[in-house]
Amino acid sequence: MAFALSADREQKLAEILSRYPNKMAATIPVLHLCQEANQNWVSEEVIDFVARRLDLSTAHVKGVVTFYTLFNQKPPGTHQVWVCKTLSCALRGSDQILEHCKKRLGIKHLGDTSKDGKVTLRTAECLAACGTAPVMQVNKHYYENLTLDQVDKILDRLLYEG
Amino acid sequence: MLKLTSYLTHSYGKSDGHKLAAYEQAGGYRGVKKALGMTRDDVIAEVKKAHIRGRGGAGFDCGTKWSFMPKDSKKPHYLVINADEGEPGTFKDRSIMEHNPHSMIEGCIIGCFGIGAHACYIYVRDELHLSKARLNEAIAECKQKGYLGKRPFGFDYEIEIYVHTGAGAYICGEETALLNSLEGKRGEPRLKPPFPAQYGAFGCPSTVNNVETMAILPTVFQLGGDEFSKLSSLHALNDGGVRLFGVSGHVKKPGIYEACVGLTLRELIYDLGGGILGDRELLGVIPGGSSCPVHRPDEIINIPNDPNFEPYNGKSILDLPLGVDTYRRAGSMLGTCGAIVLSDAADPVLALRNLMQFYRHESCGQCTPCREGCGWIERILDKIVTGKGSIEELDLIHEIANDITGNTICAFGDGAAQPALAFVRKYRKHFEDYVRSGGRAQTKRLVLS
Repeated sequence: MAFALSADREQKLAEILSRYPNKMAATIPVLHLCQEANQNWVSEEVIDFVARRLDLSTAHVKGVVTFYTLFNQKPPGTHQVWVCKTLSCALRGSDQILEHCKKRLGIKHLGDTSKDGKVTLRTAECLAACGTAPVMQVNKHYYENLTLDQVDKILDRLLYEG
Repeated sequence: MLKLTSYLTHSYGKSDGHKLAAYEQAGGYRGVKKALGMTRDDVIAEVKKAHIRGRGGAGFDCGTKWSFMPKDSKKPHYLVINADEGEPGTFKDRSIMEHNPHSMIEGCIIGCFGIGAHACYIYVRDELHLSKARLNEAIAECKQKGYLGKRPFGFDYEIEIYVHTGAGAYICGEETALLNSLEGKRGEPRLKPPFPAQYGAFGCPSTVNNVETMAILPTVFQLGGDEFSKLSSLHALNDGGVRLFGVSGHVKKPGIYEACVGLTLRELIYDLGGGILGDRELLGVIPGGSSCPVHRPDEIINIPNDPNFEPYNGKSILDLPLGVDTYRRAGSMLGTCGAIVLSDAADPVLALRNLMQFYRHESCGQCTPCREGCGWIERILDKIVTGKGSIEELDLIHEIANDITGNTICAFGDGAAQPALAFVRKYRKHFEDYVRSGGRAQTKRLVLS
């Protein structure tokens, strides 16, 4: 089925377009909008939709999608978790946090999703929260000054409540 | 010299500190009224007097940058704010956007007027959802009050500010990559010239400024440019005012501290940062974001034939005031003033490998030396860490890093090569130990315990 936006999101799209002198500039914000409306991933249908609405080639939109890390090219789990692994966090124990998450979620490779489809685990490069390291991002929220206990509580919530 | 201030940080930690009411109560939106009552030339002159060195890492003088904008162009001008904070060790811009967004909005209004722009785009990295929400909230409050729009504060000068979002790419913090990304393209840096002041966003004259540079402008106009500049102990070196200093890694009190320019690394680590975790020894410190070379505490300052630096010669690098030119003259780089501290529990070989993984991952891939070089260095380090490296390969890291330096479109390549050169040169013994005995004498970890 062809991809389409709800009336609310159509309004948002019109608001986004009004910000810029041309349509191409809306590519990234509109991709975010569509990704949210499409279970957090950018499918071929989404690329086609964005290209048509912004008068761009699908090649251009695909080029953009593949350049940026936050556009998912396959469906992620219900929740997305990013553990920051860059130096300031690594000095404060992010490796241990990551290993713990992998074990708890039964995930071997980064980018994979837990078997129940609930949590996708990835690493992030510097989340600009070095002063409160170690840090992880869960969906749109930052969790800072993490301990393994806190990580357990967060994962419990994601696995058993959401 | 350690002198704490709170021009930007007064609202930090207060639950409603990010709201308009709190900001105005603390004296906000007075500077902008002064600025809008001046001529555009006078605004630029005032900013020049303040000697604000760009807070995004390059340290270019803000007023001088504004003066490059054409005066009689028929095209629209754009102010673009770089809020794509992602340099490892740097977390100051996020704190401003979350805790004091109005200081930045006020600064953007002044900036638009100063460069002759009617539209400002704030390019925020996508991960910073709270920052985007706070900025949008602040913009809505301002629109309601009539501080933005057709006649801000009753002056006949239309200004609109928009929040634009990235999608996860460190390279978009490079100003021309950011412009491409803003235009809806892949975030690949552009060849310069033409510079953004001639051909920036949407092919129009544009100025790209950092968040903190904007946020301090209201203070400049409240105090006056000269007064502001003189707060700094490096006023004589045209490095004025106050700035945010960050410290992270193995310190007891990591965080953001606002102080007059001229603070030293020793003060940042021991007085503000509370000293090294577990009272261990300092192994090294990266002064301002990961692209700066690492420094050992036993490095001695030697800058001959310059009276400005006479008082520092012979002292440890930790006692050199953190300034754009002081660090440049010492063969280093100030960057964003976000120091990463390594105690002697940390293995410098693993630290460099961590950074090279970052650079390999974030290289945009346009220029061969950077795209391939970062990967080669990372793979050599992987071999060294697993005890399969050779002494020749240590020299090869030098060779590759030197081949990246200066041979790429943007400064990312240099930023990736500098840490590699500095780590291998300054911790050569640690690297050789890995080659000779698989790192027997090393801690083989980055964390304290």
